[in-house]
Amino acid sequence: MMTALPTLAVKNAKKPAWVTGHGKLAAVYLAPGMLGFFIFIVVPLVASLVISLFDWPLFGTPKFVGLENYTRMLTGDPVFWTVLGNTLFFAVCYTVLNLVLALAVSTWLHNLGSWGPFFRVLFFVPVVTPMVANALVWRLMLTDDGVVNSFLANFGIHGPSWLSNSQLAMGSLIAMSLWQGIGYNIIVLGAGLNGISPNLLEAARIDGAGAWQRFFRVVLPMLSPSLFFCTVMTIIGSFKVFTQPYLLTLGGPGESTNTIVLYLYRNGFSFDKLGYASALAWALFVIVMLITALQFSQQKRLVNYDN
Amino acid sequence: MTTETVAKGATPYTGALKRQPPARRRKKRPGTYISRVGVILAGLVFFFPFLWMVATSLKPTSEVFSTGSNFLASRVEWSNYVTAWTAIPFAQVIANSFLVSIAGAALTTVVSLLSAYAFARLQFRHRDKLFLVFLGTLVLPQEVLVIPLYIMMNKLDLVNSLPALIVPFAFGAFGAFLIRQFLLSLPVEFEEAARIDGAGSLRILWSVILPLVRAPLAVVAVFSFIDYWSSFLWPLIVINDVSQATIPLGLSMFSGERGTDWGPLMAAATVAVIPSLLVVILLQRQLVKGVSMGGFGGR
Repeated sequence: MMTALPTLAVKNAKKPAWVTGHGKLAAVYLAPGMLGFFIFIVVPLVASLVISLFDWPLFGTPKFVGLENYTRMLTGDPVFWTVLGNTLFFAVCYTVLNLVLALAVSTWLHNLGSWGPFFRVLFFVPVVTPMVANALVWRLMLTDDGVVNSFLANFGIHGPSWLSNSQLAMGSLIAMSLWQGIGYNIIVLGAGLNGISPNLLEAARIDGAGAWQRFFRVVLPMLSPSLFFCTVMTIIGSFKVFTQPYLLTLGGPGESTNTIVLYLYRNGFSFDKLGYASALAWALFVIVMLITALQFSQQKRLVNYDN
Repeated sequence: MTTETVAKGATPYTGALKRQPPARRRKKRPGTYISRVGVILAGLVFFFPFLWMVATSLKPTSEVFSTGSNFLASRVEWSNYVTAWTAIPFAQVIANSFLVSIAGAALTTVVSLLSAYAFARLQFRHRDKLFLVFLGTLVLPQEVLVIPLYIMMNKLDLVNSLPALIVPFAFGAFGAFLIRQFLLSLPVEFEEAARIDGAGSLRILWSVILPLVRAPLAVVAVFSFIDYWSSFLWPLIVINDVSQATIPLGLSMFSGERGTDWGPLMAAATVAVIPSLLVVILLQRQLVKGVSMGGFGGR
């Protein structure tokens, strides 16, 4: 330990660095941030694990039930598996479509010259406008006699019930979410594309690589750090889907668009089962962490960092 | 320290005089024009929901559906805005939203700056480990925390209060991370000079660091403002009194038992979207920089 940082450590070797360095000063500066971090992030995270071991009503006394919430979740509650399946389906479709479309659009905008930045910002607008407002206007557009079906009627197509048909409702949610979220990845990938040296592409061109070859052999590898970041963030975001089903379909028809966070919210605040809701929260937490850890473990294999 | 400065001073010659070759001008081929027409169409389709939002907000109730895909109604109905204003205490809700978003952004920014400074410039034990743990929460879904946070607010008797909307979400790692990255790219010499001149550490933070980190500070402030402005799940949980609601919650309260009154609702939605739109128009460069530097809270 000492040998690693000789110049820093030897002089005051007897006192801990907490005191000798800028320890006191750091303590002052970090106090608000770390106190808040502890009270509002660390404590709730641990607390939700504890609460998940209780039968915990909003008013009244919590009762310790051990792992019962978890066993019920995994073996006695078919809705949980439906909800999990819905969320996974949403996450896979949303993430894949989002990344493919964002990659296509950002490449397109990148090659559009001076117009690119303007449209990049335009596609970003729904990301920063309140999702509640966005979701509500989509609900208006997708109702049975809404503008989408009126538009289809012009071509003699009798539009379906986008939100009350169990086959289509999830698709509608995915479409709305793509519209809402894609601008974020378009900007991240656009910045990645800007970072690729034109000389590299020029060299590939001179070597006789066609447009597709240049895209797959040069652009894609160079873009892999941005793509990795987008994938990680998009998957995490997609597992938290709540506002769209809450406002567009209320989880229905049946349970066809019910998701983990919506089910968590209902258990906690409609069914008065805070303990069970916390077990669901931990299920969500574990799934997201496992997927993120898996992605990071594959990072070296998939991501090319030598620019 | 001194060797570094000398080395820095000695190098700049080689590259500076060499002219960069002029950027290759893109030749305009017919494809470019097709591409431009295409992007305009795509942009219009993409922006359509917002246009529809505004169009509906100006339609008389009887024409919201009957006109089908007619973009404009027979007459412009401004009264939807008046109805929206009076249906819920909308002025109060807007004021709440601004209060929560501004206070939240201010708190987030100050706390982030202090943490970022400590993590970037001060030396203390376990600094990097602590920072890594802190940073790990960037991938923690905040939805996991809402149950215990609600119980906490309930015990503190803060349910239905604006502080409950502000305080719990000001301590994420994003702001500190962004400002720290920026600080690491700045030379320490400024602070060293100020220290030699006898400035205290708070003084250094205030008059040396603060002016230097204005850009990332603005990014953090804007992003957390938008986050607070758009936040829905937490207000839905912790607020059930419309007088304490923020705009997203207020909007969701519009569609009551009697069905949805779409004209006024879209009027209210239009009002809710305007501040975000202004932020995008005024600060697009900072937003793009902030997004590409990594991360956007998003709740």
